[in-house]
Amino acid sequence: MLRYLITRALSLGLSLVVASLVIFAMIEVIPGDPASFMLGLNAQPETVAALRDELGLNGSLVTRYLNWIGGLISGDFGISYTYRVPVAELVLERLQVSLPLALFALVLSTLIAIPVGMIAASRRGTGSDYTIMGVTQLGIAVPNFWFAMLLVLVFAVQLRWFSAGGFPGWDQGFGPGMKALTLPAIALALPQASILARVMRSSLLDVLHQDYMRTARAKGLSVAQATRRHALRNAFIPVLTIIGLQFSFLLAGAIIIENVFFLPGLGRLIFQAITQRDLVVVESVVMLLVFAVILVTFLVDVAYAVVDPRLRRRA
Amino acid sequence: MTRLPAQLLIGAALSAVLLAAALISYLWTPYDVTALNIAAKLKPPSAEYLLGTDHFGRDLLSMLMEGGRISIAVAVLAVGIGMGAGVPLGLMAAANRGGWLDEVIMRGNDLIFAFPSLVIAILITATFGPSATNAIIAIGIFNIPVFARVARGGALTIWTREFIMAARVAGKGKARISIEHILPNIANLLIVQGTIQFSLGILAEAGLSYVGLGAQPPTASWGRMLADAQTMIYTTPRLAIAPGLAIVAMVLGLNLMGDGLRDLLDPRIRRARE
Repeated sequence: MLRYLITRALSLGLSLVVASLVIFAMIEVIPGDPASFMLGLNAQPETVAALRDELGLNGSLVTRYLNWIGGLISGDFGISYTYRVPVAELVLERLQVSLPLALFALVLSTLIAIPVGMIAASRRGTGSDYTIMGVTQLGIAVPNFWFAMLLVLVFAVQLRWFSAGGFPGWDQGFGPGMKALTLPAIALALPQASILARVMRSSLLDVLHQDYMRTARAKGLSVAQATRRHALRNAFIPVLTIIGLQFSFLLAGAIIIENVFFLPGLGRLIFQAITQRDLVVVESVVMLLVFAVILVTFLVDVAYAVVDPRLRRRA
Repeated sequence: MTRLPAQLLIGAALSAVLLAAALISYLWTPYDVTALNIAAKLKPPSAEYLLGTDHFGRDLLSMLMEGGRISIAVAVLAVGIGMGAGVPLGLMAAANRGGWLDEVIMRGNDLIFAFPSLVIAILITATFGPSATNAIIAIGIFNIPVFARVARGGALTIWTREFIMAARVAGKGKARISIEHILPNIANLLIVQGTIQFSLGILAEAGLSYVGLGAQPPTASWGRMLADAQTMIYTTPRLAIAPGLAIVAMVLGLNLMGDGLRDLLDPRIRRARE
């Protein structure tokens, strides 16, 4: 187990180093001087020089990279050029929208997908199975941001149950905050729930045909009892993997949805930073998202090794 | 002759119609989409304009036909990049199973898999400037590990077969065996995966174009049309609904086709279903 943990941790570290190099290189690749790029065409040479100084652009490539990484590790993400506040502060503020949104969507998707998948599996080959498979097939094909637009059209424009976008802030209370996140969370959850329901169905179908299920039935358990005690636990293994992967996907996927609903989350921060050429913010936020995704994947892997000893050996 | 799976037929028909519409747009569209005709702006669907017109008086159907070109081209070329780089890598890894080359290729794959593709695609297009070409590259890069993995997995099982042994005895090298014997035998797998990545590419292009990082105006793409329609959604929802339906139909068609092909080409699944 320890050996497994060490190899996994090493590969986690390596992924992060490579990721940071790629991101750093990409920002470096931008033609010309980042400072004049950020300030635009009409900038005074003195302003550019001052910004170069402020951004620490005068050091060598290696020093700059190490400074950036050192800053990230110690929590100093640099100062946003447009907002004039520390990037860390901006990120923390925006995470208060993005994180609850991703969690909300994840919970929704799981709550919908698991029962639906179970129903489809237990009624395999019937009308309800075909309907569920058809609807999930459609759910996968729908771009979530388009679905978001349709939701706005129906629930905000026609029915006026929700507002079409914006976020009141948590200081207005938990209720209004959640209400503002409801449509975005549904939009994010739909394709995820469709995928998850299909995984749940096929995973449960696989398990139902295992020998130990026949044994359980032979020793006198009813179908429902055998399913509850033996099948579900095993069927959940692949489902949990997908849920783990989906969380990181949701965090990243929220980027586009936040733009549909004008939510002040990380996604909008990235886009604003891109259009305002605030490279410090782009660089750090992208790195942070990559870090979150890689970390979640790592944690899911480790959780599995704890649950299922066979996986340890395979790695 | 086995009966073709129904979903293969439905899927193929759906995607073929949209593909045909996009191809026909090179020769003919009901109206010229570059010509603005303010007099005919926001016309509802009628016999004259089947899907109505947008706020510049452009015919929506003609725009959808032309928009399909970019969406489909981006996805197809991204699959091309993925296959072109991924399949040789996967074949090399399989031919040197357990060796350092295999290790390097597969770890490199894991690394790309670990990246949140959307975030990186956004970074790529933001860095190098938004354009259809950069969208193709960004989506294509993330197709590489998918094809490498599928090619390697498929190739490994073929390498254990007798006819490969025979080929080795006959003195053929690894590279030649990979090309002459392995590749034709994993073509099925690659076609199925290609269909799936094609549909994911359509969705990815739509997302990137929607946030303004894909095809640039005046080039239309389905995602681009959705972005333009967003401000009009309160007054003319039709403008947002039509391109969305086109995307859904294309992706659904491709996914059904992929599932159907897999069933058709993989006898094990077929037997399990019967």
